[in-house]
Amino acid sequence: MRRAGVLLMAALLPALAAPPVVIRNANVITITKGNFKGSVLLRDGKIEAFGEKIVIPSGAEIIDAAGQYVMPGIIDPHSHIASESVNEGSISVSSMVTIEDVLNPEDIAIYRALAGGVTTAAIMHGSANAVGGQSAVIKMRWGKNAAGILFGNAKPILKLALGENPKRRGNPTGQTPPRYPASRMGVEDVIRQAFTEARNYRDAWREYEAKVKRGERALPPRKDLKLEPLVEVLEGKRLVHAHCYRADEILMILRLADEFGFRIHALVHALEGYKVAKEIAAHNAGATTFSDWWAYKMEVADAIPYNAALMFKKGVQVSLNSDDAELMRRLNLEAAKVVKYGGVSENDALAMITIMPARQLGIEDRVGSIEIGKDADLVIFDRHPLSSYAKVQKVIIDGEVYFDRDRDATERTAREREKKALIEKARERQKQSAAPARRPS
Amino acid sequence: MTRTLLLIVLCSFSLRAANSDSFLLRGGTVHPVSGPDIPNGAVLVRDGRIVEVGAKIAAPKGVRIIDVKGLHVYPGLIDSASQIGLSEIGSVRETNDAAEIGDFNPQVRAIIAINPASEHIPVTRANGITSAIAAPTGTLVAGQAALIHLDGWTWQEMAIAPSAAMVLQFPVIQARSGSRARTGAVPFAEQKRNYERRIQELRRFFEDARRYQKAKAAAPAGFETDLKYEAMLPVLEGKLPLVVQAARERAIKDAIAFAEREKLRIIISGATDAWRVAADLKARNIPLILGPTLALPAEEDDPYDKPFTAPGELYRAGVKFAFGSFSTQFARNLPYQAAAAVAFGLPYEEGLKALTLNAAEIWGVADQIGSIDMGKWADLIVTDGDPLEVRTQVKMAFIKGRAVDLSNKHLRLYQKYLERP
Repeated sequence: MRRAGVLLMAALLPALAAPPVVIRNANVITITKGNFKGSVLLRDGKIEAFGEKIVIPSGAEIIDAAGQYVMPGIIDPHSHIASESVNEGSISVSSMVTIEDVLNPEDIAIYRALAGGVTTAAIMHGSANAVGGQSAVIKMRWGKNAAGILFGNAKPILKLALGENPKRRGNPTGQTPPRYPASRMGVEDVIRQAFTEARNYRDAWREYEAKVKRGERALPPRKDLKLEPLVEVLEGKRLVHAHCYRADEILMILRLADEFGFRIHALVHALEGYKVAKEIAAHNAGATTFSDWWAYKMEVADAIPYNAALMFKKGVQVSLNSDDAELMRRLNLEAAKVVKYGGVSENDALAMITIMPARQLGIEDRVGSIEIGKDADLVIFDRHPLSSYAKVQKVIIDGEVYFDRDRDATERTAREREKKALIEKARERQKQSAAPARRPS
Repeated sequence: MTRTLLLIVLCSFSLRAANSDSFLLRGGTVHPVSGPDIPNGAVLVRDGRIVEVGAKIAAPKGVRIIDVKGLHVYPGLIDSASQIGLSEIGSVRETNDAAEIGDFNPQVRAIIAINPASEHIPVTRANGITSAIAAPTGTLVAGQAALIHLDGWTWQEMAIAPSAAMVLQFPVIQARSGSRARTGAVPFAEQKRNYERRIQELRRFFEDARRYQKAKAAAPAGFETDLKYEAMLPVLEGKLPLVVQAARERAIKDAIAFAEREKLRIIISGATDAWRVAADLKARNIPLILGPTLALPAEEDDPYDKPFTAPGELYRAGVKFAFGSFSTQFARNLPYQAAAAVAFGLPYEEGLKALTLNAAEIWGVADQIGSIDMGKWADLIVTDGDPLEVRTQVKMAFIKGRAVDLSNKHLRLYQKYLERP
């Protein structure tokens, strides 16, 4: 991790040396500080100033955004791109595995998400088992290596999963032997068992540390990589994102968390969250949902596009997520659907793809809004971001332009040429190697 | 919001109570699609049909007037690829009737399996989609697709064209999926062999169908009807189009060659790579069903916006197309498929046509639906803005002149849980 930190610093160095950037004449949507027509000043990878009129430092690079819209970079709190694998589904508790170990910074989905205005995403373990793995929060720093795309100092997250997905292996259709659990009853049991073990494990360590403190001789408990992340959850050091759909399982996980004294930071999908919005709000859990998915499986038979709006109206912190490389490219239109279905205000809808997911990931001090001192992660649209016709023009991360639609268009011709040349070269080589080779008999 | 909804519900109920499909819509901007917009226009509907469209229409005696001042009137949108009525919940097999067993099922008909009580019908039409192609899926000849109205007590009442096209799922080579080679994938050479074998099987089936056609024409004694070949006759005679599902370049090219050799009238559906063969498609006047445009590029090194720019490129090449949702759960998002294409270069009017008039023309029902013109069914939607914009609300919808209920399961659950103390 320290090495990753050093690499990260190295990755950021060019940005540090770069001149300040001013985006001017823009319609600025700050999310938390109102909307205005004016400028945003970026320096050393951070937002230094914004307002209707700001002093432009000498030597600043100017981006004229006349008629365009600037908003904070979109944050996707639930994605599976840039990862070599998604599920360690062979066991029901896989809290020892982490997506950080399998990040693939060369996944083209990163660039495509970037071109859709996304600057930060939580890359999650899948939902094949009740207690899943650890996730990785990344920024879409296309071109950087695995350490270079890490958000850096993001809070660690554990994935839990409820309902049909974790019980699927308990009801196998093929040759594989069944894996416990096979029902929602069993899903609760697996999670309760895991946290009970974690609590015992934590107590064993506490007892050991107390003995050492008293000067008594003691053997340390055996280190358990599966239980360590669960202890972090019990101690509030690790966030919990729980995959869920139905109201019953949502209520179950809230009560289980209450019992063990931890908080569910995000109920993921929560398509029936609207049925228990009061209970979700009381637990202070966030909910991250789809705008309008339904009817793809039984547990989403009652999913409605008004879910986000209804939960929001009942006091739940709601965000939208993609869970999908394609949907990830148009989260702004998903936000527009929350305006359409349930009449949430345009700014509140945009908050659901910026500051709300930032809060659910525990990174709201750095990203999710245009505020002084926050990371200079911005997206420029040619129209209001909730318009069906809005196109991303530029995406800035840490003050650096990572996507530029004009640049993309001009580079296309060169890339096409390069591709053709490479194919030609490969063909030549094939011809040569196809020539009859003289082999020793 | 709630008040508007209540108004819609009241409005639609009062219309239903009157049991009338004659009325005059006036005061809004009429977008006929077939011609220029008419600000402050009017549409006169009698017995479910449009009888007059214009700037000023005198209200005939006794005809109810519906004031749509400040609103917009469009023809109802048409989804040219869906499984509405055939599939209720994706993962629950018992609720799916879109696929049969076997490679050659031209005799099976989607229309008779349409569930008029499907929750997808009111959900989809609430966003302005008034008719849809419900197509069977399968391997090779999958069956007959139906064009239906999204309103009616029975599938018979819903039918616009009970047999709109014969569906052919063209063979597929799945050499790669995603950005990385998957372990356990079938090697390309083997895939290609399978592909060619499937095409041979397809050819043989068409040959057999032609032999049957000849045999039948000769009317020998003891001739026995074969339901499969019988169902192929309208296709062979050019009376029924063959809608060929072909996404990739090779399949599209082979489908074109196949149609040429067999002298078939085809529509290519789900044609992701059509932009690579635009000239061929134009030369043969083969129409397309495009979608979803809100999709990832087919190849890792395709431009990021290829699915969005392709419809514009095809339009400029002179190829005719309509959009399809290729879905049930997302059918209501059909207009946004067109919007993505418009944002990236397709003229707006063409985007709208690809949801209305083009679709009607491609499916051979332009005399009945697809634009606001005299003599057509009064399939109309009234909106507070551009239907391609997500934030636009559909305020009223009429199918065959009947005001349809815009409420649905989703709205009812919303209202119910909004009231939860």
